[in-house]
Amino acid sequence: MDGDDHLLADRTPGVEEHESTASVLSYTVGLGLAIAATIASFVVSQTNLLWPPGIPTGLIVLALAQIGVHLVFFLHLGSGPDHTNNILALAFGVLIVFLVIAGSIWIVANLNENMMPMSTH
Amino acid sequence: MSTAAFEAAPNRLAPESDGGPAPTRIVVAYGFWIFILSDIVMFSALFAAYAVLSNNTAGGPSGAELFNLRNVFLMTMCLLFSSYTAGLGALSAEQRKPERFLVFAAVTFVLGAAFLFLEMSEFAGMISKGAGPWRSAFLSAFFTLVGMHGAHVTGGLVWLAYMMAQVAAKGLRPAVLRRLLCFSLFWHALDIVWIGVMTLVYLMGAQ
Repeated sequence: MDGDDHLLADRTPGVEEHESTASVLSYTVGLGLAIAATIASFVVSQTNLLWPPGIPTGLIVLALAQIGVHLVFFLHLGSGPDHTNNILALAFGVLIVFLVIAGSIWIVANLNENMMPMSTH
Repeated sequence: MSTAAFEAAPNRLAPESDGGPAPTRIVVAYGFWIFILSDIVMFSALFAAYAVLSNNTAGGPSGAELFNLRNVFLMTMCLLFSSYTAGLGALSAEQRKPERFLVFAAVTFVLGAAFLFLEMSEFAGMISKGAGPWRSAFLSAFFTLVGMHGAHVTGGLVWLAYMMAQVAAKGLRPAVLRRLLCFSLFWHALDIVWIGVMTLVYLMGAQ
């Protein structure tokens, strides 16, 4: 059980299909989608295509979509049985990232709210 | 695809429950995936610091005055195309074509170096305008977050050069292929961090 014996069974992030055409295609599709999302982000941020107060939300949605494209097409994260552990670890990572970022913003916003007015010298 | 693999090799795959230990490649990729996630958690702390400090310009220049979005777009394209060529390189390695791998790896290296050059010239331009990391809390957080991503890209370039030397010297044997797999994961993960930087720092900061 070593060497090439495993090749057909291995499906982990970063491991490609072994039929080359499918993979070149998936990388190309991923690149196209990523470029489209990037251009959309720049257009949204520089124009009034979106309702201006909604622009930050729109940018975050586009960023999440692009991250999804990268996970699926470049990191090859899928729903197969070999991916269960990777997906679980990713879910835990996303939880921690969300807690750290959202928690910090929330706490510091509260601190700012409750701060005594500063005297100007 | 996965079911096709099952049908093509019915005897090599037992059901999940009694399949025995996972193959080395899967274990290696899983371990490296855990490292990448912990690295991303570290980045999340820097993102949180930036989000909290980004309005504290202490009378200095704000992001809207400093950022050049044309430059940021070029940097993003460098990274996206380098991810693409890194993927094609990984594919060539899987197909045991070392020469093609070396060509794609060289293109990846050049694109990564172009990204770093653009970033360094942006930093140098900001510092020459007096907007260095010492100017305000906003700029400290900016240089820490963006600089940490740049440091990771620099590390990735050193690693890539090392992997090219390994492929040239040792050929595409299984241990080298596993290291290449880890490198691909690392390089693609840097893209994901960059999407966060591009959106939260540059696009929102330039509003």
